[in-house]
Amino acid sequence: MRPEEILHPRPEGLYCAPGDFYIDPVRPVDRALITHGHSDHARAGHGLVMATAETLAIMAARYGADFAGARECAAYGEARSIGDAQVRFVPAGHVLGSAQIVVEAGGKRIVVSGDYKRRRDPTCPAFEPIACDVFVTEATFALPVFRHPDDRAEIAKLLRSIAQQPERAHLVGAYALGKAQRIIALLREAGYGETIYLHGAMEGLCALYERCGVPLGPLAAATTTEKRDFAGAIVICPPAAMADRWSRRFPDPVACFASGWMRVKQRAKRSGVELPLVISDHADWDELTGTIKEIAPGEVWITHGRDDALARWAALNGLAARPLRLVGFDDEDD
Amino acid sequence: MRAFTDLLDRLILTRSRNAKLDALARYFAETPDPDRGAALAAIAGALTFNTAKPALLRKLAADRVDAELFALSYDYVGDLAETVALIWPERPGANRAPTLGEVYETLTYAGKLDAPRLIERWLDALDASERWALLKLVTGGLRIGAGARLAKQALAQWSNRPLTEIEEIWHGLAPPYRDLFAWLEGRADKPAARALAPFRPVMLAHALEEEDRPRLDARDFAAEWKWDGVRVQAVSDSGVRRLYTRNGEDVSAAFPDVIDHLSFEGALDGELLVRDGDALGSFNDLQQRLNRKRPDAKIIARFPAFVRAYDILADGGDDMRALPFAARRRRLEALIVDARSPRLDLSPLLSAADWEAFAALRASPAPPGVEGLMLKRWDSRYEIGRPRGLWWKWKRDPYRIDAVLMYAQRGHGKRSSLYSDFTFGVWRGDELTPVGKAYFGFTDNELAQLDKFVRDNETERFGPVRAVRAGADFGLVLEIAFEGLARSTRHKSGVAMRFPRIARIRWDKPAAEADRLETLEALLRAAKSRAGD
Ligand SMILES: [Zn+2]
Ligand SMILES: [Zn+2]
Repeated sequence: MRPEEILHPRPEGLYCAPGDFYIDPVRPVDRALITHGHSDHARAGHGLVMATAETLAIMAARYGADFAGARECAAYGEARSIGDAQVRFVPAGHVLGSAQIVVEAGGKRIVVSGDYKRRRDPTCPAFEPIACDVFVTEATFALPVFRHPDDRAEIAKLLRSIAQQPERAHLVGAYALGKAQRIIALLREAGYGETIYLHGAMEGLCALYERCGVPLGPLAAATTTEKRDFAGAIVICPPAAMADRWSRRFPDPVACFASGWMRVKQRAKRSGVELPLVISDHADWDELTGTIKEIAPGEVWITHGRDDALARWAALNGLAARPLRLVGFDDEDD
Repeated sequence: MRAFTDLLDRLILTRSRNAKLDALARYFAETPDPDRGAALAAIAGALTFNTAKPALLRKLAADRVDAELFALSYDYVGDLAETVALIWPERPGANRAPTLGEVYETLTYAGKLDAPRLIERWLDALDASERWALLKLVTGGLRIGAGARLAKQALAQWSNRPLTEIEEIWHGLAPPYRDLFAWLEGRADKPAARALAPFRPVMLAHALEEEDRPRLDARDFAAEWKWDGVRVQAVSDSGVRRLYTRNGEDVSAAFPDVIDHLSFEGALDGELLVRDGDALGSFNDLQQRLNRKRPDAKIIARFPAFVRAYDILADGGDDMRALPFAARRRRLEALIVDARSPRLDLSPLLSAADWEAFAALRASPAPPGVEGLMLKRWDSRYEIGRPRGLWWKWKRDPYRIDAVLMYAQRGHGKRSSLYSDFTFGVWRGDELTPVGKAYFGFTDNELAQLDKFVRDNETERFGPVRAVRAGADFGLVLEIAFEGLARSTRHKSGVAMRFPRIARIRWDKPAAEADRLETLEALLRAAKSRAGD
């Protein structure tokens, strides 16, 4: 069986014909396998959703308990049959519950990695490389200018800034699922024991992480009712909230933004960020290319991001690669 | 390099003026000589390493990184120095990281041939953000939202000396400013002031709008051409000669040919222009000179520069600025005659005394190098800034042609996700020939439409460039406005436009009816023949 007969893009998303299911479909379908809970991968309204227990819990928290007609929980490593296909969920190291989906049919194995990273993350199990015929990779940061620094040094930068400017609140923009909890966990590892304040959009997901066994230490809501100036405090909020009315309750805050995009100074400056923190939940250039080299698949398919640059690298290295040109995925989810 | 890098980071990312001043003051207090002097020079724009040009940066990167990956990255980042800094493949432990002072002193004494090797070695030894600071430093393009004025204010704040005292002596100082820092720290006397040939703030004109005209009496005004060069102030004072831009930047070193022939005593206001053979050079030609901080003899001979004077601020030791324009003009004419300088001439007064005559001058095909009219009240004193109602600039309407969209490329920075650089062409025979490139003039909405058109009609890819469908039976017509036209050997079409922009998208117009190259050539001839009369 040719790999294209096992998986190919359709308007709804990446379709597996032998198993009659979609992976991370962007439109409602009968059967969806979901890699992780980010909203461009996990959407409401499917008939049946199969995902890890954590991803199912995240979807329920975001879309309500009735986000799908039925749900099926897939444990990491457990093999199961769907139609003529065998599938298995394997850790992707991206956010809590994130998985690569291994699809086998007709003697061929395809790994759909979803979004992934190779760095240690205290909030989720590490990416496991799986040998395969086709490796389906993301390419969000697939330009050689993206090399994420050590996250501990970035956290140290934040703590130093707080020490230097104890009169100002530090407002950290971070993606609500994954990034926010990872920042908190890293702060705790660095010995920061103070209460960390949360925007409303973060509270539910942080509680969910704690229920799943990721300790985050003392947290409190950054609400208006209690009048305080938040001097010297860390407040975590979604990136969009940094520019809206909500942020005006903090007098002269230091605007911090935790994202892989912050590697580019011009971009940090344009978004009005005073303290960029280069912390990403995606693989950087070295991780993307290193992972492909390590797995050494027969072929690489590229889902979303800078497919042009990654395809060029593959060509330079004598590897077969092709962009799938899937639509509906958001480069900015970091 | 670490402290300097952190300083630049803070200056770029903080918007608060006070925070910038604090960061600078702290840096000057905590950093030793000559590092802080080198940093001060870089921020004040006083460093002129002519060793590291953008071409060198590109070459260094090309030796280490695939050209296509580099092009894609540059396209995304939008800044050459930052792209090279980020993309540079690290060799941890390769070298000891240099201090800022070492970089500064080494480059000051290094020959042109040594610079590439030195910069390469430093790039290997520094981390990504230090590499960025290094490249900003050696290319002289800091653009960090802080300049000489802010740096001087920080020096005043840190040392508790009045800003005026620092400004008074500034022109006599040179990097790395050991004498300045010694004085500011109370370890030495104040360095001597350099009062000769100072810069005088300039007077500026308002743009003349339709509704202004009825309220103005044409007889009150003198008319001159508005020259398409660079406004300069030429000062000659007891043997000290200087050429300043209108912002007071000293560009004397770039124009030694002009400096040699400032054979007068006083201060003149005028336009810096170049010659190309017997004719007046185009703005593109002038650009060749402006790009070189220390030009070689060849480029000076190719495009000799001169000053076309139109006002006088000082005549000998006398300040002229309180006199009315009519009186200053007589003094200026006399001075130009006496100077007998081959690099100094007079911008002529135009004989027209009513609005009809002004309008006719402005509308006619103007000689090359003219971008409109200047109207100055005969009784206007020379005032600093842009006083209301005294001087007016009345620019010509731009030229317009209809061209066909041929290629598109993604923009830089925030436009990097959209096709926003457009190459357009006109008909030569039955083929389209590219005549220019435009990347502004449209609204966000129009940009979205153009971007969609490119994506829907892409025919071929050359690296980041997309060819779009364009032929007699199908194509998108763009109405292009531009300010001027020059012959060019670098363009296949033989013409180069000045400031082309997209004035309108002509969804309604068939591509076959777009303009022909002959139209542009006729515009060129019309402008030239006017110059001859
Ligand atoms: Zn994701
Ligand atoms: Zn994604």
